[in-house]
Amino acid sequence: MVENTIQATQAVVTLDAALPGIIWGWMITLNMWAKSIGTGVVIVGGYLLYKYKKEETLSLRWIMPLVSFVALNIFLLFTLVDLHQPYRMVNIFLHPHWTSAITVGAWMASLFTLLVTILMAIGAADAFPGLGGKKCKITALARSNSGLYEKIFPFVVFLAIPVTMYTAVIMAESSARELWQAPTEMMQMLLAALMAGAAALILSSGSWAKEVRKDLSLILMAAVFASFLMYMGEYFFSFKSSEAEATLAYVHAGGEYNIEFWFGMVLGFIIPFFLAASTIKSDNKTLLRFAAILALAGLYFAKDVWLKIPQMLPLS
Amino acid sequence: MKLGFLVDLNLCMGCKGCEIACKVENEVPLSSWRLRVKYIDIGSFPNTSRSFTPLRCNHCENAPCERICPVSALHYLENGIVNIDSARCIGCAGCMMACPYGAIYMDPESNTADKCTYCAHRIESGMMPACVVACPVEANIFGDVEDERSHIALYIMEHQGGVQVRKPEKHTNPKHYYVGGGTQTLDPLAHQRLEGYGLFNNVTHLKHNGDPHHGVLDRFLAPFAGHEKADNKSFMDFDNSRTVSEEGGH
Repeated sequence: MVENTIQATQAVVTLDAALPGIIWGWMITLNMWAKSIGTGVVIVGGYLLYKYKKEETLSLRWIMPLVSFVALNIFLLFTLVDLHQPYRMVNIFLHPHWTSAITVGAWMASLFTLLVTILMAIGAADAFPGLGGKKCKITALARSNSGLYEKIFPFVVFLAIPVTMYTAVIMAESSARELWQAPTEMMQMLLAALMAGAAALILSSGSWAKEVRKDLSLILMAAVFASFLMYMGEYFFSFKSSEAEATLAYVHAGGEYNIEFWFGMVLGFIIPFFLAASTIKSDNKTLLRFAAILALAGLYFAKDVWLKIPQMLPLS
Repeated sequence: MKLGFLVDLNLCMGCKGCEIACKVENEVPLSSWRLRVKYIDIGSFPNTSRSFTPLRCNHCENAPCERICPVSALHYLENGIVNIDSARCIGCAGCMMACPYGAIYMDPESNTADKCTYCAHRIESGMMPACVVACPVEANIFGDVEDERSHIALYIMEHQGGVQVRKPEKHTNPKHYYVGGGTQTLDPLAHQRLEGYGLFNNVTHLKHNGDPHHGVLDRFLAPFAGHEKADNKSFMDFDNSRTVSEEGGH
């Protein structure tokens, strides 16, 4: 009989060892989320500094590296904390293995953080003449090298792009997880940086010119729209492999990851898009800030689901 | 020289002797395995069959774990073995994410990644891997696949057309072969893995990765707080009613 034939092809595991569950958890989600902010504010901030005069973007010169510095340190902290042997992190610098995107990324992120720290010191020393008092050597050194800001800034913006995207290469090198395809993940990382960067800068754009906020709204809208489309494309028309299909079944079939995914999509992508669009003409700062907060929150949930579901698939 | 493994699934009777020998030889902690034998039941009553599949590191020629390891803790030996230096491992778990065969675990005692090394220490002394010695039916065949006169090479030639590797589409070039396997036994997506009690144990997922008593702060404090002294005995301090069912085991 046909049904017996079908049943005869069914196989069930009846005895096995327990398999590891989720290996990279919320700390890696937070790591990626913070990195998107840390690099995104530099990329978006670079565009604003290039386009607008200083008086139109008051405080951007020091706020941008400050936000980036804080976010990058959160990223680095959770990178370190997630290691099972955190003190051996130094091995990445003493015994680097250059085929690993983890190594290349760690080196780039460290250099990026150093440069952002220099920008922050110079930006803050220039903006606050009394900072650190007259005897502070650090602020004096920063002020005497004020011109360095403009010299290194283009390089920092350029470096922000590979720093934000290297995690996508780590995911691509994770060949056990077929949902993570390099081209889509690289674009998603870049869009996440634009989204998070615009959102973080919107929160501090109260005193800036109306046109600057309009630009930030447009960047946020474009980034959430493109990112949402990519998520939808992956969700409904995934990369055609049995593993990717089986992975997506964890969100398609309902349950906590389905709820988290759609919560993230609505909260961080759909609502911010319409909120940001509505503020372009009205210049409603409160509404725009609300959109920015929602976008940052939703981005975390979307990244969290996409990080975890491929790890639930049994590999052997 | 390229050392490889071949398992004849027609011979394997699921005694788990190889699994125990590996555990003992390599002092693999509880909740971890380098080699495990999976039971898969196929068909519906009364037309059912049971297959046994030993699973271990495939020692790929193009190993994703070696490529992603940021500190070269995972490295190739000249004989083709993908070896691991736990003293260098930083515990990032990148290799666990990269291995398509799920063959790497986070050792809960050392908090570093570990896996089957084809008993590299025994091979260095001219001995066979422990699992090969323990197998009562010689289903585990080990040797130099590049030597045409070796047992494994002859076995592969003898069973041409019937020799398989797991997930060939990953282009990892595994040096671990199976004879007598099928899609249902070698492809994890071709059989259901239902959470709950199976034959003897609870088929489930581990609740932890690495030492369950080794929290985030402990990772930083371990060198000063004596956590490095953790051994198998610490895993005996468990709640018998809870932990066994959660962790499975065999």
